[in-house]
Amino acid sequence: MEAQIAERVQCYHCGEDCNINPIQLDDKPFCCEGCKMVYSLLNKSGLCEYYDLNQNPGINQKIAVRQGKFAFLQDEKIVQQLISFKDETQSHVTLYLPQIHCSSCLWLLDNLPKLNADVISSKVNFVRKEVEIIFNHTKFSLEDVAILLTSIGYEPYISLNDLGKKKPRVSRKMIFQLGVAGFCFANVMLMSFPEYLGLEKSEEYLQYFFRYINLVLALPVFFYSAQPFYVSAWGSLKQKFLNIDAPIVLAIFVTFFRSLYEVLTSTGSGYFDSMTGIVFFMLIGRVLQDRTYQRLSFDRDYTSYFPIAVSVLKESKEIPTALPDVKVGDTLLIHNEELIPADGIITRSHGYIDYSFVTGESIPVTKEMGEIIYAGGKQKGANIELLVIKEVAQSYLTKLWNNGDSQKKEQLEKKSFVHALSRYFTVILFSIALITAIYWAFVDPTKIWSAVTAILIVACPCALLLSNTFTNGNVLRILSRNGFYLRNAETIEEIAKVDNVVFDKTGTLTNAHKHDIEYIGEKISKETEQQIAALASQSNHPLSRSLADFLGKNTAYSVADFSEETGKGTSGLVKNRHIAIGSAEFITGSKNEHEQGTRVYVSIDKHFTGYFTFKNHYRQVESCIDQLKNKVALSVISGDNASEKGALGRIFGTNSKLLFNQKPDDKLAYIQSLQKKGNTVMMLGDGLNDAAALMQSNVGVAITDDSNNFTPASDAILEAGKLNKLAGFIRICKLNKRIVIASFILSIIYNIIGLSFAVQGNLSPLIAAILMPSSSLSIILLTFGASNLLSKHEL
Amino acid sequence: MSVIVILLIASISVAALFLGAFIWNIKSGQYDDEYGSSVRILFDDTSKETKTK
Repeated sequence: MEAQIAERVQCYHCGEDCNINPIQLDDKPFCCEGCKMVYSLLNKSGLCEYYDLNQNPGINQKIAVRQGKFAFLQDEKIVQQLISFKDETQSHVTLYLPQIHCSSCLWLLDNLPKLNADVISSKVNFVRKEVEIIFNHTKFSLEDVAILLTSIGYEPYISLNDLGKKKPRVSRKMIFQLGVAGFCFANVMLMSFPEYLGLEKSEEYLQYFFRYINLVLALPVFFYSAQPFYVSAWGSLKQKFLNIDAPIVLAIFVTFFRSLYEVLTSTGSGYFDSMTGIVFFMLIGRVLQDRTYQRLSFDRDYTSYFPIAVSVLKESKEIPTALPDVKVGDTLLIHNEELIPADGIITRSHGYIDYSFVTGESIPVTKEMGEIIYAGGKQKGANIELLVIKEVAQSYLTKLWNNGDSQKKEQLEKKSFVHALSRYFTVILFSIALITAIYWAFVDPTKIWSAVTAILIVACPCALLLSNTFTNGNVLRILSRNGFYLRNAETIEEIAKVDNVVFDKTGTLTNAHKHDIEYIGEKISKETEQQIAALASQSNHPLSRSLADFLGKNTAYSVADFSEETGKGTSGLVKNRHIAIGSAEFITGSKNEHEQGTRVYVSIDKHFTGYFTFKNHYRQVESCIDQLKNKVALSVISGDNASEKGALGRIFGTNSKLLFNQKPDDKLAYIQSLQKKGNTVMMLGDGLNDAAALMQSNVGVAITDDSNNFTPASDAILEAGKLNKLAGFIRICKLNKRIVIASFILSIIYNIIGLSFAVQGNLSPLIAAILMPSSSLSIILLTFGASNLLSKHEL
Repeated sequence: MSVIVILLIASISVAALFLGAFIWNIKSGQYDDEYGSSVRILFDDTSKETKTK
């Protein structure tokens, strides 16, 4: 028995297990012809360092890319929209290659010009998984570039989203503003030291020199670096709403102009050090909070899933047509592994459609001729012809998507609690300033001006802004390190308010790529199991793959006379026994109408022996659900039938709502009904069919097995493996608010000290210079320390 | 004029040079792909070798 289990042979190119007889070339084993082809291509061009940098770096080539797949790139109109720059001989194009994963990929793609001399240069952006290629378009077309990349295993992903609109570059303006503010702040501090320490009488002329240098250094901060605050404050004032930036801008203005006045009239040194410092620290907070995740996208709409062009059949000719030009009544030719871009009726051959993009369910479904199929599925197997009955933009899913989109916009006007807090603060501040002014008007009118401006300088709510942005920034960082990526800082506050959590089932609670398999039927020997595994491993059907994994992949048996009927089953001769696996109809000849769940039937030598049942494999969520159960209302909303009700009931308990047979618009309606009752809803889902519900919910969380994968538009992206930490994530978001308030209280203590000097009208620059950085720094330390400590405790 | 004035002007100019370098860094996109550059530096330059083979 042991002798039959061969040693694991890995493909030299991609690292997949090879069959018993791997394809050999230069003494290297390959799992398939495709991998061997890539190797020989690289070998010919002297690019085998690819294999030295990492072991088995290649991308599996078992599924060949169809010839003529990139024919649409012959269309000048499409090419023009993809190319970013073009002169007489050169074209620049940036292509997205999702396969990029290691330094070998980077090396190979950077060396593309060696593979083909008409590629002038190529540069990989690893984080974005993009390659920027400059090629000589007089000899080489964009289609050739795509074919070249595909030939070495990096098939470019060109979606409808790439058409037309240019992606906005990441804004670096705030980084520049931060750099300028940092430079000015540090130098102003340096120049201010003589003033703090006091100068001798003989060196008084130096004092003026220092003051004027400070004034010059403060100008770029005032006019350039502080701009984000002006913009935000002005925007809020126009909407008749006082946000936190309004009092801050007031403080910046008062500080600047009072300092300007003091320096010009030689009455004092001003508070340029405080002003530049405040702007610098607040900008750091903003930059930390606004950091983006380059490789994630929260705004994907259906266009990034859909291909840029499809083959339209006209007079039995295949014409590549840009997707927006597809009309009702056109006949589309959908090839193997292609996405169905519009709702239509199958007019030739039968569909075998993988809706995992839509529902999260990985097992394809069979559709017969004449049946309506919805956009979003992927055809597996033979080509089908499809009569379009609805245009792309009008199809069922895209309409649903746009629906959710418009409703979300209404909610965008969410206001952070920080703004409300700052308003109280501002009111109190103005009352103090007023009282002080009245007091000095009676006692010593010359001091009104200096006392009132000092109050406004000292007590700007910058500490509140600092604590808010720094805590948010740090919490975002902690969450992202744990596999939970939030769209922005406002999402933290929304999560803290959540009182109702809705789960999708397939792909979210269950792992679509894993099944719990059980065999029911006549007893079969270990040997037979291995033989079944050998047969199953020949097929690319997801159920066969699961079965092969379950029974043990590395069997020493070879399969002869292998045949596969798409969507039905496979059969072959293993050790002269005829083994067949597949659907009930394929094996027993009669349909089993009452079967529950998914089954694979087995027959050996035409004798039906039994079947394997496939049950959804639940992710480890029990402990998380237990913790959530007592705090928030839970519901599960599934597009499937109620066959898993028992299993779900055990996990979720009796108080949770379990809904089955829910269509995408039912999910949307359910979220809306909860919101009408005043609930703040968090929805967790993974497929396109959840997209509308994700957008409608207050916090839409997209679950993904691989954060590089495509996820529907959402407020947050959660790595599937971290789902069990959800309760902890919610608690951290709740603590976020408390940390902000705690550090705000600390800053108020500083403010009281500062104010006690200010109301007396003798706030010296030295006191301001000590108070400002010490309050800022202690707030930063407090928020960082507290959020790190608490999250360690919670996760 | 005191020597300290000259010193200060010198120190601010040096600092300004660094600020310029920082802005140039960011603009040229050196921070766009943090992983790529860190790996590229380790690649051996074998281009000439393979061509003469």
